[in-house]
Amino acid sequence: MSDELKYLSDRVARGLMNRRAFMGRAAALGVGATMAGSMLSSAALAAGAQKGGILKVGMVGGESTNSLDPATFASQVPFALGRSWGDTLVETSPTGEVTNRLAEEVSASADARVWTFKIRSGVTFHNGKTLDAADVVATLKRHSDEESKSGALGIMRDIDTITQDGNNVVVALKSANADLPYLMSDYHLIIQPNGGLDAPDAGIGTGPYKVVVNEPGVRHVGERFADYWDAPNRGHADQFEIIVINDATARMAALQGGQVHMINRVEPKIVDLVKRVPGVSIKNVGGRGHYVFIMHCNTAPFDNNDLRLALKYAMDREQMVDKILRGYGTVGNDMPINAAYPLFDDSIPQRTFDPDKAKFHFKKSGHDGSVLLRTSDVAFPGAVDAAQLYQESCLKAGITLDIKREPGDGYWSEVWNKQPFCTSYWGGRSTQDQMYSTAYLSSADWNDTRFFNEGFDKLLLQARAELDLAKRKAMYSEMGMMVRDEGGLIMPMFNDFIDAVSDKVGGYNVDPGAELMNGYALSKAWLA
Amino acid sequence: MSPAIVKLIAQRLALGILLLLAVSVLIFVGTQLLPGDVAQAILGQSATPEALANLREELGLNDPAYVRYFDWLGGVLTGDLGTALSNGQDISEALGKRLSNTLFLAMWAAIISVPLAILLGLVAVQHRNGFIDKLISATTLTSISLPEFFIGYLLVYFVAVELQWFPSVSTVYDGMSFGDRMSAIALPCATLTLVVLAHMMRMTRAAILNVMQSAYIETAELKGLSPFRIILRHAFPNAIAPIVNVVMLNLAFLVVGVVVVEVIFVYPGMGQYLVDHVSKRDIPVVQACGMIFAAVYISLNIVADIVAIVANPRLRHPK
Repeated sequence: MSDELKYLSDRVARGLMNRRAFMGRAAALGVGATMAGSMLSSAALAAGAQKGGILKVGMVGGESTNSLDPATFASQVPFALGRSWGDTLVETSPTGEVTNRLAEEVSASADARVWTFKIRSGVTFHNGKTLDAADVVATLKRHSDEESKSGALGIMRDIDTITQDGNNVVVALKSANADLPYLMSDYHLIIQPNGGLDAPDAGIGTGPYKVVVNEPGVRHVGERFADYWDAPNRGHADQFEIIVINDATARMAALQGGQVHMINRVEPKIVDLVKRVPGVSIKNVGGRGHYVFIMHCNTAPFDNNDLRLALKYAMDREQMVDKILRGYGTVGNDMPINAAYPLFDDSIPQRTFDPDKAKFHFKKSGHDGSVLLRTSDVAFPGAVDAAQLYQESCLKAGITLDIKREPGDGYWSEVWNKQPFCTSYWGGRSTQDQMYSTAYLSSADWNDTRFFNEGFDKLLLQARAELDLAKRKAMYSEMGMMVRDEGGLIMPMFNDFIDAVSDKVGGYNVDPGAELMNGYALSKAWLA
Repeated sequence: MSPAIVKLIAQRLALGILLLLAVSVLIFVGTQLLPGDVAQAILGQSATPEALANLREELGLNDPAYVRYFDWLGGVLTGDLGTALSNGQDISEALGKRLSNTLFLAMWAAIISVPLAILLGLVAVQHRNGFIDKLISATTLTSISLPEFFIGYLLVYFVAVELQWFPSVSTVYDGMSFGDRMSAIALPCATLTLVVLAHMMRMTRAAILNVMQSAYIETAELKGLSPFRIILRHAFPNAIAPIVNVVMLNLAFLVVGVVVVEVIFVYPGMGQYLVDHVSKRDIPVVQACGMIFAAVYISLNIVADIVAIVANPRLRHPK
C-alpha cells in the first residue's frame, strides 16, 4: 500500500481527535472529498510509475557559487536538488495539507506550544547510518543557531528548546504556533546525519537519490538510492541530471532539441509559442508568489494614507495580469494573501482601477507634484514595462509618476528595502502567519513597506495561538483589510509558476507550493 | 639565433612581466574601490558590528592595503589563489577546471578558424576583385557584423532544434568521451569561428596585397612562377607580422571574450564563472580571473611581437 494511502487510512482509523491535536485545525480538515480524492489519485498515479532511465531537467537559478549545505539554499537549483537527496519531517501536499515524511506522527499540546514529532523507523541515510531522533534534533538545532546563517533561521527563532525523548523529538515554542508543522516543511530543513554538523555540504540525506556529480552552476547528477524508505512512490528514474541553463532561449532550445525533459520558468511572453511546439506541454499553476509596488509608510510623501490610497486606486490590475503576465496569473488585492493560502477570506472586496477615487484621495492628500518610482528588470520579469503601464494609468487619475530605472546589479542591496517607492517581488510563504511575520510585522527585518501598526502586530500574535479556525480566519481577514487599506503595498498580481514538460514525462502534477511540482518533479515524475 | 634577438626577446618578456605587475596593482585597487569590504560582502544584511570586526581581523583586512597587496601577490605567484568566499571552494581547483574548458574550446576554434582565415585570405588575393574574392569578403563580413549571440541563436535554431545534428547545450564534464565532447562543443566552436574569421581573413588579404605591389613580386612573376606559389612563398612570409598580430588578438578574444557564447550554449568556462562571482561580490575569485585574463592577453601579445621581430630582418638587426 502506498504511503499516502497508509497515511490516510491511519488518519481515518485514528479519528478526527488525533488530527485536531495534530493540526490544531480539526474542523477544516475533515476527510474532505477533494483531499481524499487527490491523495487516492496521486497514489494511483505513483502506482503506474515506470522505473528507469535518466530524467533530465534544464533549470535557471544555479550559480557556480552554490553549495550543497541546505542552510545556504536560496535559488531554484539548490532547492530542487535538495528535494531529491533529502527529506524533511513533513511536506505540504499539492492541496496545501501537511503530510508526514520523516515524522511518522505529529502531535501538539492543547495550547499548541509543545509539539512532538515521532520519527519514522527503518530509514537510512546514504552513508548507511540509520535515522534517529538525535539526527533530527541536531539538524533543527543547527538551523536555529545564528552562526549557521541558515535561510530557515527566521522561522526557527520562535523555538525555545528542541529535545530528544526516545524516538520522539519535542519542540517547545516561546509562544504558541498552530502552524508549526508548515514551518517544518521548509526546504532548508533537510534532515542530515548528526544535523550536518560534521560535513554540512556533503549532500548526505535520506532522499530517493544520492548525489554523484556536483558541479555548481554546471550540472548535478543523482543516482537512485537502493535503500530508500519510500521507494514505491519516489525516485522512479535510475538517474536524474540537472543542467543549469540560465538563458531562457537556450533552455527552451534544449527542451525542443530533446536534451532535457523538463524546464522551469518559461517566460509568459513565449508561452503561446511553446504551446505550438509538438511533444511539449506547458504546466502552469497559480501560486503564492507576487509582484509588488512598495511604499514606505513612514517616509514622506508616502506617510500620508490618502496618497497611498490614491496610488492603489490608480493601479489597473486587470491590465497588469493581461499585459505583463499574458494572463498567466491572477489579480491582487493590495494584500499579500490569495486563495492559495489556508484560511483565506474570499469575501474581502476586490479593489479595482478607479481614476475618480484616485483623484479624490490624491487631492485630499494635498501632495503636490510628481511621485518617484524606482524599478529595474531584476525586480520581476517585465518590471520596467509594468512601471510604464502604471505610469499611464496614474496619468488617467491625474497623478504624474516619474520612473527611475536602477541598475540590476545592487538593486536588492541599494534600492529594495531602502528607497521609499520601488518594484519588487515576493515568493510567498506556506501560511498567512509566515507571510505576515516575514514582511508586515513591525519588528520584521524585511518589513519592506515600513508598516508599523500595533493593532496588526497584536492580532498576528493572537491568531498564531488561536486554535479555533473560525476565529483565526476572522483575525486574518481583519489583518488583510488593515494591510489593504492602510498598508504601503500596491499588489497588482500573483504570478503563475510556468514549467514546460516533454511528453516523455509521466506523473507530472502541478503543485502550487513552487515550480517543478514544488521541487519534487525529479522524485515523483518518471520517464514514460 | 643572434644575441641581438635574444636580447630583444628578453626585453619583451621583461616588459610583459612589468605590465602584468602593473595590471595586478590595477586589479587590486579596482576591487578595493568597490563599495563595502569583503567582510560586509560575506556577512550580508545580517552583519552585526562585532561579527564584522571579528571577520575583518580573521581575514587580515585591518592591515594596510600595501601589506594585503603583497600577501595576495605572493599567493598568486606561488599558485595559491585563496578560497572563494561564497562557497569556500579552493579557487585554483575550481578555476583550473573552468580555465581548461575555456582553453579547450578556444583551441578548437583556433585550430579551425586560423588556417581557414589565412587560406581564405590567400584565395581572395589570388582572385582579387573577382567574384570569389567578393563572395568570401561578403560572407565573412556578414558573419562578423552579426552579434555573436544572434549567430549562436541561429545555429541553435537550425542545427540543434530543427536538424538536431548537434546539441544546443554544450555542458562538458569529466569522463565524457572525446566524440561526445567534440559534438558538444560543435556549435559554440562554429559560432566563435564565424565571429573571428573575417578579421583575420581581411588582414591577411590586405597585408599580402600590400606586399604584392613590390618589385620582387614582379620579378617572381617574370620568372614564370605560378600565382599561388608567388603568394605562398614570396608574399606571405613578408606579410606575416601584421597577420600574426591580428591572429593573436583574435586568440585572446577566444579566451577572454566568450562570456556571451558561454551563456547561450551553457558552456562551463571562465566567463560564466567570473560573472557568477562578480554578482556575489566574491572578490578573490574576481581578482584571480582578472589576473588570468590579463596574463593570457599580455602573453599572446608578446608572442605576436616576438614573431614580428623574428620575421622581419629590419627589426632583427636594429641599427
